[in-house]
Amino acid sequence: MPDAKIPAGPLETKWTKYKSSVRLVNPSNKRKIEVIVVGTGLAGASAAASLGELGYKVKAFCYQDSPRRAHSIAAQGGINAAKNYQNDGDSVYRLFYDTIKGGDYRAREANVYRLAEVSNNIIDQCVAQGVPFAREYGGLLSNRSFGGTQVQRTFYAAGQTGQQLLIGAYQAMERQVALGTVEMFSRHEMLEVVVIDGKARGIITRDLVTGKVERHFGHAVLLCTGGYGNVFYLSTNAMGCNVTAAWKAHRQGAYFANPCFTQIHPTCIPVSGDHQSKLTLMSESLRNDGRIWVPKKQGDNRIATEIPEDERDYFLERRYPAFGNLVPRDVASRAAKERCDAGHGVGTSKQAVFLDFADAIQRYGKAEVSKRNLGQVDAVSVTQLGKEVIKEKYGNLFDMYEKITGENPYVVPMRIYPAVHYTMGGLWVDYELMTTVTGLYCLGEANFSEHGANRLGASALMQGLADGYFVIPYTIGNYLADEVGKSHISIDHPGFMEAEKKVSKHLAELMKINGKQSVESFHKRLGKIMWDKCGMARNAEGLKQAIQEIRALKKEFWSDLRIPGKIDEMNPELDKAGRVADFLELGELMCIDALERNESCGGHFREEYQTSEGEALRDDAGYMHVAQWEYFHDQWKLHKEPLNYEVVKPSQRSYK
Amino acid sequence: MQHYNMDLTLKVWRQQNRNAQGGFETYQVKDISSEMSFLEMIDVLNEKLIHEGGDPIAFDHDCREGICGTCSMVIDGRPHGPWKGTTTCQLHMRAFKNGETIVIEPFRANSFPVLKDLVVDRKAFDRIIQAGGFISVNTGNAVDGNAIPIDKDDADNSFAAASCIGCGACVAACKNSSAMLFVSAKVSHLALLPQGAPEKSTRVAAMVDQMDKEGFGSCTNTYACEAECPKEISVMNIARLNREYLASSFNADK
Ligand SMILES: Cc1cc2nc3c(=O)[nH]c(=O)nc-3n(C[C@H](O)[C@H](O)[C@H](O)COP(=O)(O)OP(=O)(O)OC[C@H]3O[C@@H](n4cnc5c(N)ncnc54)[C@H](O)[C@@H]3O)c2cc1C
Ligand code: SF4
Ligand code: FES
Repeated sequence: MPDAKIPAGPLETKWTKYKSSVRLVNPSNKRKIEVIVVGTGLAGASAAASLGELGYKVKAFCYQDSPRRAHSIAAQGGINAAKNYQNDGDSVYRLFYDTIKGGDYRAREANVYRLAEVSNNIIDQCVAQGVPFAREYGGLLSNRSFGGTQVQRTFYAAGQTGQQLLIGAYQAMERQVALGTVEMFSRHEMLEVVVIDGKARGIITRDLVTGKVERHFGHAVLLCTGGYGNVFYLSTNAMGCNVTAAWKAHRQGAYFANPCFTQIHPTCIPVSGDHQSKLTLMSESLRNDGRIWVPKKQGDNRIATEIPEDERDYFLERRYPAFGNLVPRDVASRAAKERCDAGHGVGTSKQAVFLDFADAIQRYGKAEVSKRNLGQVDAVSVTQLGKEVIKEKYGNLFDMYEKITGENPYVVPMRIYPAVHYTMGGLWVDYELMTTVTGLYCLGEANFSEHGANRLGASALMQGLADGYFVIPYTIGNYLADEVGKSHISIDHPGFMEAEKKVSKHLAELMKINGKQSVESFHKRLGKIMWDKCGMARNAEGLKQAIQEIRALKKEFWSDLRIPGKIDEMNPELDKAGRVADFLELGELMCIDALERNESCGGHFREEYQTSEGEALRDDAGYMHVAQWEYFHDQWKLHKEPLNYEVVKPSQRSYK
Repeated sequence: MQHYNMDLTLKVWRQQNRNAQGGFETYQVKDISSEMSFLEMIDVLNEKLIHEGGDPIAFDHDCREGICGTCSMVIDGRPHGPWKGTTTCQLHMRAFKNGETIVIEPFRANSFPVLKDLVVDRKAFDRIIQAGGFISVNTGNAVDGNAIPIDKDDADNSFAAASCIGCGACVAACKNSSAMLFVSAKVSHLALLPQGAPEKSTRVAAMVDQMDKEGFGSCTNTYACEAECPKEISVMNIARLNREYLASSFNADK
């Protein structure tokens, strides 16, 4: 079993002690060391910038045309930190505790505590870079609430928090590009990790403009390549999000941890038809003010505004009075599915529930009247004032909703439904963020750590930036200290040549299939299997069927796929084909993992394991571990990292 | 909202690569739902082309929710198409009627060479940021986030400028292919914050210099950029850039 390398000593001192005793690389040696960073989202851009500042020679890669377009850009709601600026009882411990509990006791205590500790530095760093966070009239930073917590610790920039944080990290990285410490390769896709004498020594990429396959050396390789939610075809991820980099690493010996832990986000715009290519999130922050409900009567076809108050079921407020609409995502999603399955869904598809702002508009309107001392004001003006407040808070989300659905959410409630959003699983890493391949690291959503079986809102941005700005700059030194003096390996080394040959062969094989069906059609079919059988609710029977169906689909893919165009040119269909080929393998592993985990926890809901009230029923005696999957020859072997809770006592999660 | 289906004629710019000669091709698409996004309509066409053994149309896109700035296209002569304040990926087919002909071209500017079909190279924007579009602060050097209060209006204006997605529609909209709206948005975003103030004058000079080197044209205040910008970045930012630039040239030998 690989060692998680968790430092000894009390939880509160582990990271401080680690930092003061970790080995360092002196500045003149850093200049001789090359580090490859794949991915320029929050994790990758912050790592590349920070390592460049330290003096390492960094090469960074992304598949988009500019590093600023990584999917971190799409994060809407916010980023958590334990600043306690609101004086509402927050602390590092409370953020740590909420994250462990939110993750349904399937995350490592030491990692999560470190995350909570560095959260405050992240906010400071971002402010210094010029991230324009929302502020109060006094000029100080503003906070909002997110699900699964009872404090206000979420920092935000309207509904564009990810964009502003990423632009901050991107600019820091571009500054290093100008200084010559970072070299940027955009429109490049990593297709293989080069492992020489047991250590990661570089990568093979394909230039997505010319199609050229290239070799790149690095003393260490960092994968910061994001999540794999697109295995479901429809998700809130960008069209290009993929598992390819992580998957190639997995096939080279990096263990994949908890692949079945995926997050279904409760508030997304519902599917409108077969043409649907992606789903759009409506930020969790909307649950601060929006109330979720369905008609009490089954199959009620009246429009929302005609359904009287006493015929509405505010099911989250009813089931979870303590947290109400702000229960964690897994809980909210399942509750919505339960109501729709029971025949209370709304809209044409009946696969939707209402998210209603009418009350909030009235509440804010009245508050404005007294704030501005307006005295007697008619109802229309109160509503108008309330709408203005809502617009200031969520304007861009409301606009987005209207563009997509053609409905005005200031007037009629939004229709929302759960959708695939985030993947808690990923490459297994130790406390230093190193995978089971020496010298190969994994940061951000691509790794498995911190969020257990369910991630709390506004914690992914925090984790990505923690990994890149504040963790890897220390932990990588511990490895690179040994690499000082070791020379650069030529990219003509047989290890590189073989890896390149393997990639070229794989591409040629894809082109050679020359069948009839498009990549898209295979991806859609895979997505349907995953969503139906390995989605919001799973059971052993369905998972077994899914495994068979995916295997059959994979066979069909490799015998009937058609990719137009050529290898040595820009060819988006070929890019997609490589990604879908990897998703087909990942999908199978996800089902195997879900089948193996005979319990329900967080986002993993096995129908066989639930309480009489329909809540997730954990089995701590049998499953309080991280599932680590080792790959060989299209089969997997399971290893387990036991989770030891020294500080928090696991209990049945309750948000009632 | 009433949904409907439509048949359309599409005239699309096809170009094999950077050096090839391009031209328009005409395609017919049938039964397009008014609920589809514009890019989903192109997906339908591409699936059809692949099915018929043809070559699908290459176009840039990623987030499909109007925030990454990847999608481009000039639709019926307008960058990002007919809807105000909307990217191509957020444009929906209810903007069109049955029987219409739609002309689709890449963003056109010397500094944005076409790579294939509707895909252009916008690396020039990254190089402008490298020239000075940042605040020089290394990781770990920051003071407490609330140590310096920032006037809410300044913070809000800075945010408004920072919401630029770097798509390049402003360049495509401008008859001079000027990048002033993009550059001024970045200059404003940083200059309005106390953290960005120390480098204000070197930043504006370096960024404008790089913009010129990249071959973007000069700004003649036609404001076509503001009209087409999907994030409705205001031309007030250009005025601010000009002020900053003037101040910086007075300071040049301080
Ligand atoms: C719509 C949406 C809203 C969200 N809102 C929030 C929020 O409010 N708060 C929050 O905390 N979290 C939120 N999240 C989650 C959060 O945004 C992500 O988990 C996080 O940004 C991931 O960052 P990352 O750096 O790990 O990966 P990404 O930002 O996805 O970056 C991945 C990078 O890897 C590159 N890449 C991938 N594969 C390859 C390859 N094979 N070769 C080369 N390069 C490759 C890409 O080009 C990209 O640069 C949201 C997510 C979504 C989808
Ligand atoms: S200013 Fe507007 S049009 Fe120009 S790059 Fe920014 S968002 Fe695009
Ligand atoms: S695809 Fe991201 S803005 Fe259009």
